[in-house]
Amino acid sequence: MARAVSIRRKSITTAAAWALGLMMFFPILWIAILSLKTEGDAIRAPIEVLSSVWTFESFGAVQERSDYLKHFTNSVVISFGSTFLGLLIAVPAAWAMAFVPGKRTKDVLMWMLSTKMLPPVGVLVPIYLIFRDAELLDTRIGLVFVLMMINLPIIIWMLYTYFREIPGEILEAARMDGASLREEVFFVLMPMAIPGMASTVLLNVILAWNEAFWTLNLTAADAAPLTAFIASYSSPEGLFYAKLSAASIMAIAPILIMGWFSQKQLVRGLTFGAVK
Amino acid sequence: MKVRKSLYAATALALVAGGGAVAEELTIATVNNSDMIIMQKLSPQWEEATGNTLNWVVLEENVLRQRVTTDIATKGGSFDVITIGAYEAPIWGAQDWLVSLDDLGDAYDYDDIYEPVRNGLSANGSLYAVPFYAESSFTFYRTDVFEAAGIEAPSEQITYDEFAEIVAKVHDPDNGVFGTCQRGKAGWGENMAFVGPMVNAFGGRWFDMDWNPQLTSDEWKNAINYYVDLMNNYGPPGASSNGHNENRALFADGKCATWVDATSAAGYIFNPNESSVADKTDFFQAPKQVTDKGTGWFWAWALAIPASSAKVDAAKDFLAWATSKEYVELVGETEGWVAAPPGTRASTYANEKYLAAAPFAETVENSILAANPADPTKDPVPYTGVQFVAIPEFQGIGNYVGQQIAAALAGQQTVDQALENAQTFAVREMTKAGYIK
Repeated sequence: MARAVSIRRKSITTAAAWALGLMMFFPILWIAILSLKTEGDAIRAPIEVLSSVWTFESFGAVQERSDYLKHFTNSVVISFGSTFLGLLIAVPAAWAMAFVPGKRTKDVLMWMLSTKMLPPVGVLVPIYLIFRDAELLDTRIGLVFVLMMINLPIIIWMLYTYFREIPGEILEAARMDGASLREEVFFVLMPMAIPGMASTVLLNVILAWNEAFWTLNLTAADAAPLTAFIASYSSPEGLFYAKLSAASIMAIAPILIMGWFSQKQLVRGLTFGAVK
Repeated sequence: MKVRKSLYAATALALVAGGGAVAEELTIATVNNSDMIIMQKLSPQWEEATGNTLNWVVLEENVLRQRVTTDIATKGGSFDVITIGAYEAPIWGAQDWLVSLDDLGDAYDYDDIYEPVRNGLSANGSLYAVPFYAESSFTFYRTDVFEAAGIEAPSEQITYDEFAEIVAKVHDPDNGVFGTCQRGKAGWGENMAFVGPMVNAFGGRWFDMDWNPQLTSDEWKNAINYYVDLMNNYGPPGASSNGHNENRALFADGKCATWVDATSAAGYIFNPNESSVADKTDFFQAPKQVTDKGTGWFWAWALAIPASSAKVDAAKDFLAWATSKEYVELVGETEGWVAAPPGTRASTYANEKYLAAAPFAETVENSILAANPADPTKDPVPYTGVQFVAIPEFQGIGNYVGQQIAAALAGQQTVDQALENAQTFAVREMTKAGYIK
């Protein structure tokens, strides 16, 4: 018989969860509120902000000054492109490490993860020089490549964790039935790992979408994604709070909506390994 | 088929004929402030007149500085026009990273640009950046508070001692008005922007003619002791964490009787939508002490062309347009005269319409004319710059000295300790960089 949970305890947990959720959501909510105010009202005290008039003028001003669609297209191409390119390399790598582990597999995995610990600015100049010589500065293909390299350790680690949950015997059975390596990976392994792969794709698209160091440093006008779009409204003098908020909302809205609709898969994928 | 062939031929002919005037696409990197937004808004007029197009990359000041430095130091060639400050212009110019701008044409009227501004943007006798905006520092004060205390506002430049006497009289923390608000937050562009000109006034300098740091000199000690005492006695609590923005908010909120800071903040303080003291504020010059040299700082935002740009001619054409007298006129007529780019050209300050719209114009002009980056101190120095030293090592040294002085202001160490630490650090850095043999 399931243990009865008292109503009191349940309501405390629910209230705590809501409070935590609201706390985490509050900055986004406040940005959304400021984006609907005039510049003058946006810098007033919180109470005055709420009681002032609501307007869409900041969105209009942002749209007039910047080409949102160009930045949005760049963001989509760069984040999805880098994730799918990463998958092409990560699926075979994770397969090898999960099903045919060698003596040093664990070390290789740790080494790959260690590359994430290097501060990016430490390799900015060498990468910038390579990009200059290869004429990749301010190109989408250059950014796809760099972001793929940056997120590759995470993609491999996530896929490795999911693949390890799949019994090797199933793959062996497929092999005994005459499946080639390609068929084994594409028609047996990948369909079983779909929840894990979906969450890997989602998480890496979000990471690439939000990446603001390389996307700002390696682009100028042509390949600049939405991170550069937001940055163009940032000012330390606090002059443009309303426009900055409007630009932020326009930049995060697509990924927020995507995350909202896929949160079930995302949570399921992320906790897939832990519940065993 | 025939029609298509002749169409191809016509197109090819048109391309050959128009080959002499190929329209260029320029990429311009710039800061996000109201002057640049106006320039972005008006630039289609230049695009229409020349057939060239502009791609704008707008970034926050610190991000822009890092982004542009990476590109220019590696000769990346991502930008054709860049926005740089008075600190970078002479350093980068001397490194041959920028294109010399001495040949923008007869119509450009170089002599109309204030001499201190030209000096601040030149290296080895060549102009490497053209200004679209310049500022100095002066003293903001509250007319109502001065009146209530029976003080007449100074019409001549006063000394820091006289300034301290005034501050003591208007200090009224019980009624929420502090005698003075000055920058305390550590950083070469924060507290050192105020401290630097103050040290100049006390007769101090960063380096002697052999590049030996002078931070433990009597002049530095007098200046920093004065600053720490002034802020501890008459400043707001927690002054060591207040930078330009914090003080501007305090002053606009009516919490400060005096404030020595950027002339460019006048537009904000005078705007009744943002400031509660818009009709109760006036200005006088930043104080002097043993000398009046280098007592108001000098800063400019300017446009320059990286040596790595492949479109120098079109970029020069844009610079000549965007920093011309005619451009100032255009801004005044279309955006209102108070929005005209300040501090760069004598013709702006001779314009009746501008003088009528900007009550602070004359004080700003006097402050800028008094700030000479080429001759900033009582004793001779080997560097240019009023509140900074135009050498690449200065950012690190200025930040460290700023931290030491902020710690002294917060009471974590004595002024003497702070200056000893600062001197040791500066000597080490200057020796490492090869200035001191």
